[in-house]
This record gives sequence, C-alpha cells and structure tokens, in this order.
Amino acid sequence: MSDQILLGTRKGTLILDRTSAGWKPRPIAHAGMSISYAARDPRDGTLWVAMDHAHWGPKLSRSKDDGVTWEHLSQLAYPKGARFVEQHLPTPGGDPSAESPTRYKDASLLKVWVLAFGGKGQPGTIHAGTLPGGLFTSHDGGDTWELNRPLWNHPSRGGDLFAGEATSRNDWAGTPAAMAYGEFVPGIHSIVLDPRDPDRMLLGVSSAGVVGTTDGGKTWQPMNEGMRNDYMPNPEAEWGHDPHFVTQCPGAPDRLWQQNHCGVFTSEDCGKTWKRVSHPDVAVHFGFPIAADDTDGRTAWVVPAVSDDQRMAVKGGLFVARTRDGGESWEALREGLPQENAYDVVYRHALDARGERVCFGSTTGNVYVSEDRGDSWRCVGNNLPPIHSVRFS
Amino acid sequence: MARVSFTSHLKRFFPDLAEEEQVPGATVREVLDELERRHRGLASYVVDDAGRLRRHVNIFVGEEPIRDREKLSDALAPGDRVFILQALSGG
Repeated sequence: MSDQILLGTRKGTLILDRTSAGWKPRPIAHAGMSISYAARDPRDGTLWVAMDHAHWGPKLSRSKDDGVTWEHLSQLAYPKGARFVEQHLPTPGGDPSAESPTRYKDASLLKVWVLAFGGKGQPGTIHAGTLPGGLFTSHDGGDTWELNRPLWNHPSRGGDLFAGEATSRNDWAGTPAAMAYGEFVPGIHSIVLDPRDPDRMLLGVSSAGVVGTTDGGKTWQPMNEGMRNDYMPNPEAEWGHDPHFVTQCPGAPDRLWQQNHCGVFTSEDCGKTWKRVSHPDVAVHFGFPIAADDTDGRTAWVVPAVSDDQRMAVKGGLFVARTRDGGESWEALREGLPQENAYDVVYRHALDARGERVCFGSTTGNVYVSEDRGDSWRCVGNNLPPIHSVRFS
Repeated sequence: MARVSFTSHLKRFFPDLAEEEQVPGATVREVLDELERRHRGLASYVVDDAGRLRRHVNIFVGEEPIRDREKLSDALAPGDRVFILQALSGG
C-alpha cells in the first residue's frame, strides 16, 4: 500500500500525502511547467519528473531529498547523426499514385513520455521512452543516457540511417500526441520490464505497436499477433497498431494488459499473442489508460471514453470499469464519481493501482482515489491543472 | 566581443547569468558555444539536439531576428548586442 501519489500536471508536479485528514497536496513543484510524467524510483527513492517545457525543450528533473530540491538535467539528447525517415501525411489534392521521395530529418528530443526503473539487480538503470520514438537507457542513475540503436535502426524503421540511406521502408507511423510539436513521429509511452528477467522488455509505441526484446535490447521483434487494427486496410498488419498503454501484472508477469485505440486487449503469454476483451455493450472499448492488479493477473481497470471521435466520459457520467476474470466481463464502478455533466477524459499515464488503492486524474483537473479497489471513489482535488500522469509513490 | 542579454525566464534555470555577458565569437553559434562553456546546459535550452534554434525561442542581433535558425551562422561584429528571448506563446 502506498501513502503517496505523484501527479504530473499541465502546470507542475504535485505530491499528495495521505494524512489522517485525507489526501493533502504539497505546494506545487516546477510551477508553470508542463510535466508529462512523474514517478519515484523504488530502489533509491529518487523522484523523477519529465518536464515538457514549451519554450526551452524537454528536460528531466530529479530530487534526491523527497522533493525539497530539484536538479534539472539536459543530458538526455539524440546523438549527432540520429535521423528518421519522415512519414508522409496525405495532402488534399496530392497525387496518391506519385512515388514520394524518401525524406530524412535529424532527430531531436520532443518529449520524454515515460520513465521505467530497472530491477533490483540493476542499480542505476533507468529507461526513458520518448518522442520521436527513441528508447534511452541510463546505467548511472540518470547522469548519462544512451539511445538504444538496435531499436532506432530497426529494419521496420528504414534500417541504420547513421550508416547511410534507408534500406527498408519506415513502418512506424506518427502519434497524434506529437502533432502539438508540429511533427508526425512515433512515441514510446509504455515500458514493461519483466521482473523475472531484466533482459526481457516490452515497449508500447504509438503508432507502431508492441515491440519486445529478450536479450537486453540487442534485438527487437514486433509482438502484435492477435491485435486488430480496425482503422487500417489490413487489420492484422505487423506494424501500425496504436497501443495507448501497455502494462503487466507484477505478480503474474505473463499476463499483460493493453488499452489500444481499437479496444482492450490482454495477453496470457507475455505478449506472444493478444486477445481482444472489449465489451462495447457496457462501453468498455475506447480509452487511454489501463492498470493491472499487483498480484491477480485476471484483475485490471480501465477508464472508458465514449469513442475515438469524441474522447470524453460516456454519456456525461464518469466511471471506471474493472474486470476480475481476465476481461470476460466488466463491472462499471460509479460510486462517488460524477454521473451527469462530466466530460473528463483520462490520459494514458493517469491511472494507477497499488494494493487496495486505485487513483486516476483527468484533463479537467479532477483526481479521484479509491481505497477499496474501485468499489467507491473520493475526489481529492477538482480545481487542479489538467492531469498528465498519476503514479503511486 | 558581443554583448549578450537574456530573457529573465532563463535566469530561473541559470541564476548565475549576468544581466549582460561579454562573449567573444564571430557568429551567433560561436557565442552560444562559449555561453555553454560558461553555463553548462544552457545551449540545450536555446537549440534542439540537432543544433537548430528551438521553435519558441528567438535570437536578435540588434533589432533583427537571426536569419539562420538551422545553424546560427549569422555573423557578428564587435560590440553587437545579442538578445536571447522566448517567443510569446503558451497557455
């Protein structure tokens, strides 16, 4: 059980402490700065924040004294020569039959979207998922970072562009989340580290799909078998999927959960195959976040949104859906949540579960906590900035 | 020697910045490189990983915005005033 929640918000970092009088926020840190992700490294207690500063560029910030002081870090950067093959968006009036020339662009960090901390046997190892689609790893507690080149140079992205021209097609599409930066590039938003084996890792990439390694990042394979990509001509294509968030049950690590643009999916074989477990009849289909139970692989939570063209609470009533049978059925949990005139949407990193507690925050600046696994909810803040991330600390 | 001034917003991150810094350099790029030596990390606030001026940052020489936002090759004469400012954007 955790007595602290970290919120990454549009206007700074908020730390909520559970006191005898309820959950209380500390004064905001990084005031005025957009924070895309905030989490605590469970190994040494360091607080980590991904700042998404509109003017001065993305930076990391860390605190080794529990949030009293923060150190801003700008070492995470794309190396010289890191390029990508630009994706062409169809243009009105363009000739669809014309062969587009391959165009390259020098990569620059647009956003640190997610951070993940290595296992107990990997002190100092931290991974960062970024836009425009690079995975970075630090082995010295975040002082220096290195781009994972096998993933960056993957044949599905055109091959090794450090060495020369593209040798294959770029099948990694952009994410709409990048459009705010004026780019159409992919983003790594999910990093799943297998607690049994530190060399096994899965990434969720918008919009490419799930990609995995079993050799510590030396080689990567697509892991999208069973996924359905309803918005593409071939729904079972190897690439081009749009996971919104991917997570793992720590106590049953073969069980994965994925909230995808095209529904809720689960895997019982650590991502080798996926099965859609959406139930549109109870509005469980579209959404962004998903949380897995600590120990019970069959239990997960989502916060459904009405559809991909509206992206807000279903019929004006906010609810969390929980399954306890591996996605066979879902319960709508509404007690304590607003049931009329609610238009909240919950971003991909803004739902978390730990023990009996579940917490989520919305773009409308509302944060709700349940202390009974979602059966009932209490609002712990409703005039907050838009919430980008929620993590128990 | 260029005379470089900064938006006060940068002083939040680099409190040691002087009101005006005297910086040698024949181009804006050379001036920025020298500023990076003096204030480690400063360049990453002004330019991106590929060395391009960030979208919402402006550099003026005198009253003119620099022309080369890609390489910052704009030439400087001794005594030129350089302003590193943020564009008016946000929400």
